Amino acid sequence: MSQSSRKKLLLMGRSGSGKSSMRLIIFSNYSAFDTRRLGATIDVEHSHLRFLGNMTLNLWDCGGQDVFMDNYFTTQKDHIFKMVQVLIHVFDVELKSINKDIEIFVKALTNLQKFSPDAKIFVLLHKMDLVQLDKREELFHIMMDKLQKISNPFQFKLVGFPTSIWDESLYKAWSQIVCSLIPNMNLFNSNLLKFNEVLDAEEIILFEKTTFLVISSTASIQRQSLSQGSHLSSNSLDALDPKRFEKISNIIKTYKQSLGKLRSNFQNLVIRGSNGLHFYIDFLTDNLFIMIVLRDRGSGGGCRNTLEDLLILENVKLARKWFEKIEGGK
Amino acid sequence: MDQTQLLQTAPDSSNATILLMGLRRGGKSSICKVVFHNMQPLDTLYLESTSKPTSEQFLSLIDLSVMELPGQLNYFEPSYDSERLFLSVGALVYVIDSQDEYLNALTNLSTIIEYAYRVNPKIHIEVLIHKIDGLSEDYRIDAQRDIMQRTGDELLDLGLEGVQVSFYLTSIFDHSIYEAFSRIVQKLVPELPSLENMLDNLVAHSSIDKVFLFDVNSKIYVATDSSPVDIQTYEVCAEFIDITIDLDDLYVENDAKGDSQAVAKDEIKSISYLSNGSVLYLKQMIRGLALVALIRNDDESESAKPDTNMDEVLTIIDYNVGCFKKLLMKMWESSKFRPASDNEDYA
Repeated sequence: MSQSSRKKLLLMGRSGSGKSSMRLIIFSNYSAFDTRRLGATIDVEHSHLRFLGNMTLNLWDCGGQDVFMDNYFTTQKDHIFKMVQVLIHVFDVELKSINKDIEIFVKALTNLQKFSPDAKIFVLLHKMDLVQLDKREELFHIMMDKLQKISNPFQFKLVGFPTSIWDESLYKAWSQIVCSLIPNMNLFNSNLLKFNEVLDAEEIILFEKTTFLVISSTASIQRQSLSQGSHLSSNSLDALDPKRFEKISNIIKTYKQSLGKLRSNFQNLVIRGSNGLHFYIDFLTDNLFIMIVLRDRGSGGGCRNTLEDLLILENVKLARKWFEKIEGGK
Repeated sequence: MDQTQLLQTAPDSSNATILLMGLRRGGKSSICKVVFHNMQPLDTLYLESTSKPTSEQFLSLIDLSVMELPGQLNYFEPSYDSERLFLSVGALVYVIDSQDEYLNALTNLSTIIEYAYRVNPKIHIEVLIHKIDGLSEDYRIDAQRDIMQRTGDELLDLGLEGVQVSFYLTSIFDHSIYEAFSRIVQKLVPELPSLENMLDNLVAHSSIDKVFLFDVNSKIYVATDSSPVDIQTYEVCAEFIDITIDLDDLYVENDAKGDSQAVAKDEIKSISYLSNGSVLYLKQMIRGLALVALIRNDDESESAKPDTNMDEVLTIIDYNVGCFKKLLMKMWESSKFRPASDNEDYA
């Protein structure tokens, strides 16, 4: 376990913008409803999360009250801003005094440029559920333009997401944040494509086990390579819900929580769907779950028995050692 | 509001009807929305006061109408055709707000019971002691005992000793409301004993721990086997339906969504292995029903190779459930308790 696999993430933003709620929902299995009881975070709350086995996320949840904030930028600044891989800055869209928010953001950027210039910056426009549906996109673009302009002098490239704890947008944002930290993404992707070919599946998605954040999926790989100019046959999946990955994360997490009532956890899930699609969700390695979507190519509702399912699950078992190798090998 | 309006909303007598009554702000509309429309419990805070009787149809194993009456009206004014109303319903559900002063509600309840029982002695009378989520654990029992005692006394004073009144402690923030409605609906299913018998048979021959026959939309179970219902098992099974349906829906292609009726749908089936060796099993049945079973694998001696063991068990279950489904279809064809023309009206 090399030192470089420890990642320092700073979670910053004004008080009450929803930083701790986010952290607890994604990493501690809170439901959105549970977060109402949270109080203010005092100073910095550290959490160490193991992610994908050999990656440790050190999440620094920085309390956002002015007293603490002033502290971060003066006395503690070298402690806080040293060796930062990722800054996640949370903006509350509801907040009126946007200038104060930006002031803090600028301060953070100044310090980051000084202490860790290679850091990646993510901006979350949080509590989007409080904005009217038709105004969300416009507001998001206005804010992002403004923030990008501000951060231009610091040579940081901003990545922004609109988020809300009440829908799946939170999972989308965090899954991209975490994926940006995985070093051997390409290996995962190429192996996933190979596996997809072997199974002749509609789609394969990889999830991290504890958080159920999406690591990779065949659809997103194909989209990437399409935008790079290479021609892969576009398939029928384009017509599907583009938010489905986040929704699956959300659904499976609910399922895991409900199984807690039986003091159990789930190993796999096989669904024979209503329109000829079969779903297989199974664990792949100690840290990964895989979801395979297969189309039933048999002539309309023929003989379908459990043997077919066993075949797929056996294939997953065989794929396991490849993916374990990728995970272990660095 | 005149008589014609009530007549229009009065349910068709061929449907099993549940009448939802209670004082104002007791939570009747919220119950309806949460159970039958999948509304989030918190959103019911914003419901408006119901001003006229509303009636809704639910086509499930039995065709169910739920009729909701506004709380603030007096039904014994001559303009209401209350007699016809009470004659047509199968069950009367009275909602009492347990967080409020309930003496008024109890007086109101006994008047209604007296009238309804005189008109229709076969009516099932169910009392929901509602909003118990705000009461502490000990106080719930006290409240229930107090309400049962007082209702009994009131009925005794009215000379109605033979009336069966069932009480349920309910809240829309947990599964107790579904449990209560399941019990109520079950009383209206005439085929219930044979259904239960069939499920018992299924359990006995398939090493199933618990089996429910769910209505997929409302998560009400219309039948279960005769072993006691563990509320946690129920919750997990109900959520398992949600998860299966949600995942399945995600992969319906957008262009196909419109004419989904035209495409012949395959039946949904899902199986999930749990880490403690149990298995959750779901299979779609007729008329929007789904069978959900919890299969427990407690056999220690064979745990050395649980995979093969479970596969055999599942194959047997598959076959047995197939038989059960065939029986269910047969039973449904032969149970012509309502004329065929009614079906077309609501189809």
